[in-house]
Amino acid sequence: MTDFFDEMHNPDGSFRTAYSEIGQWIGEEDVARLRAKQREAEEVFRLTGITFNVYGQADAEERLIPFDIIPRVISSSEWQKLSRGIEQRVRAINAFLHDIYHRQEIVRAGRLPAEMVIGNEAFLPQMLGVSPPGRVYTHIVGIDLVRTGPDEFYVLEDNARTPSGVSYMLENRETMLKMFPELFSKTRVQRVSDYPTNLRRSLAACAPSATSGDPTVAVLTPGIYNSAYYEHAFLADQMGVELVEGHDLRVRDGRVCMRTTQGYKAIDVLYRRVDDEYLDPLNFNPDSALGVPGIMDVYRAGGITIANAPGTGIADDKAIYSFMPDIVEFYTGEKAILQNVPTWRCSEPEALAYVLDNLHELVVKEVHGSGGYGMLIGPAASKRELAAFRAKLKAKPGNYIAQPTLSLSTVPIFARSGLAPRHVDLRPFVLVSPEGINITPGGLTRVALKKGSLVVNSSQGGGTKDTWVLED
Amino acid sequence: MLGKTAGGLFWMARYLERAENTARLLETGQRMALTRSNGADEEWGPVLQTAGVLQGYQSKYDEVTKDNAIDWLLRDTENPSSIRSVIKQARDNARLVRTALTYEVWSAVNGAWMRLEDQLKRRVGERDLPNVLELVRERTTLVRGAILGSMMRNDIYDFLRLGTFIERADNVGRILDVKYFVLLPTAFSVGSSLDNVQWEIILRSIGAGGGYRMTRGQKSGASDIADFLILDERMPRSLSFCSRKLVENLGYLAKDYGTEMPSAALATALYQKFDGREISEIFEQGLHEYIQDVLTELGKISAQIEIDYRFNE
Repeated sequence: MTDFFDEMHNPDGSFRTAYSEIGQWIGEEDVARLRAKQREAEEVFRLTGITFNVYGQADAEERLIPFDIIPRVISSSEWQKLSRGIEQRVRAINAFLHDIYHRQEIVRAGRLPAEMVIGNEAFLPQMLGVSPPGRVYTHIVGIDLVRTGPDEFYVLEDNARTPSGVSYMLENRETMLKMFPELFSKTRVQRVSDYPTNLRRSLAACAPSATSGDPTVAVLTPGIYNSAYYEHAFLADQMGVELVEGHDLRVRDGRVCMRTTQGYKAIDVLYRRVDDEYLDPLNFNPDSALGVPGIMDVYRAGGITIANAPGTGIADDKAIYSFMPDIVEFYTGEKAILQNVPTWRCSEPEALAYVLDNLHELVVKEVHGSGGYGMLIGPAASKRELAAFRAKLKAKPGNYIAQPTLSLSTVPIFARSGLAPRHVDLRPFVLVSPEGINITPGGLTRVALKKGSLVVNSSQGGGTKDTWVLED
Repeated sequence: MLGKTAGGLFWMARYLERAENTARLLETGQRMALTRSNGADEEWGPVLQTAGVLQGYQSKYDEVTKDNAIDWLLRDTENPSSIRSVIKQARDNARLVRTALTYEVWSAVNGAWMRLEDQLKRRVGERDLPNVLELVRERTTLVRGAILGSMMRNDIYDFLRLGTFIERADNVGRILDVKYFVLLPTAFSVGSSLDNVQWEIILRSIGAGGGYRMTRGQKSGASDIADFLILDERMPRSLSFCSRKLVENLGYLAKDYGTEMPSAALATALYQKFDGREISEIFEQGLHEYIQDVLTELGKISAQIEIDYRFNE
């Protein structure tokens, strides 16, 4: 594993500074006790109901995302740099979205090809000329980062639609606090528990300007069979707001209202965890039972805030991703602090030729894919898989991008055989409102539990870890 | 509160109460079979009927046997009222209304489902039946304790209570409906040993044996038992007690929301069938008709609550 940067250990086997307390703790702990604690953690997660449903499985059995008890640690100075880069990127994304749905200066300036916008499935013409309250498009963002060296971080992708996973960030910390209180008295870790309060405040600050008094906020979920239902309920509960489904809502007198035991009540801010196309059967997918007929009309008239705004998907589209360094520079006037992974757009003939020649070394992703589905990891693929993918690429090159296979950093997990390094990524969560940008220190660390695997998605055998950002 | 949430709370409570009632019926059925010299299967017909699942059973099986009846009541997922089905439904409703529940209540319901689903995945042999039924009792009791100890006394609590007492009254009503003939004072059967067995069964099915002996001693006349189960307000499963709770909780809601809804008037009318009445009057009126009438009213109240508080669109 010496090819990879290990976040816990120096090459000589000693602990890196940020991990010195953790290292000492693990050294002194009884392995049997840690094992018992690991089981205990699982029991807590099950009882709390922190489970997810796997799509496409007949019995729709609820599964647990495996939790690893060894925390991932980030030093205060590392975090400061990261958060500057994240803030810059998120500001640029919001400016980009406003521009794309208004004057499209970036296209006029020749920095982004027009077809990247107009021909993009994630582009919503219904949003043209619409200015969301406070000009905020992405109220909640998750930026996926990977690390390849002590000072090398890359943005792997931006999640500007409805990023999930924040409940795991919070529950992982709660679980660690419950099981290893002694660790937190030795090491000063920055808090994450303010997130729900900050989320509510941030959403309320984005209420339509006509709102009087304390804005009524609600969370819109597709329902109890959605894979992220636990998170939707958790966030509504923690914010102290209603958790609604499409059939609880209807448009009345120009407002979106929820059916309460005492009649219909207007909602000011809707944190929706339903995709754009299901949001409004009158304006988008007519078969959707998850949305609210007419909500887009209310939205365009300024009667409700939808978070995130419809049409934000164009900012996290994988083809647009490759333009992000330009986008950041165009809107902030600064060089991007966070690096992009070099990306070949297979729609371009030269890039396609390169990708086809070097497929065995590259990671190829679908432009609109997510969750680790439909992607190829060249170095791990068989000859047959490579050939099959080559055919797909030739058939629809515009559907794919390719990137070099990054040497993702590792953090040890507590495996059956003891500590064992596994690849990780990091999804920090960002809140945007007219009051400012708030980044929770840390985020969700996802870890590929299978030895050597680079895929961290929970649907593909990934687990999670508590993520610590140390105090100064 | 969302209308849907009120509905979820109401049904969560109903399903939990039903699980407990069905467990009690199973216990009684099992005991009857054991105390019979011939271990007769025919005792299970009335049990299925009392649980309101006989029709469903007959669509699957041609004859009533002990093993099939137990399986149908306990764990058949084709039976929407089997213990396994209602625990799952209680848990689904709890998930739906997760934001209205305390962690204590949610984890008690979720824990009940986890443990029972684990136990009921496989067929339960006669030897293990008592333990499984005990587990149902234990887990539902834990949920009740969590509700009593951790929930705010507001509209959320009221909807839980309404569900509980509608279901309980319905259950007691159905037991009395199936067995009403045993309670009728006829010159022929009074004091015979058959009667004692039947009365014992009724008291057990309702979980009222201890309370009965405590308050009525060794008297076991039909009218005493009927009086106890229908009119005694100290008895938390009597029809009178349940209907008074409906009046109270609908009253709290009216006060909380500032409006009295039609369901409150229906509940008050139901309570008047018990309040200040004598059991002899009820016998004169006709016990069977009386019970039928109560069951019909309960159905109406339940439907009216759904409308009044906008459970559905």
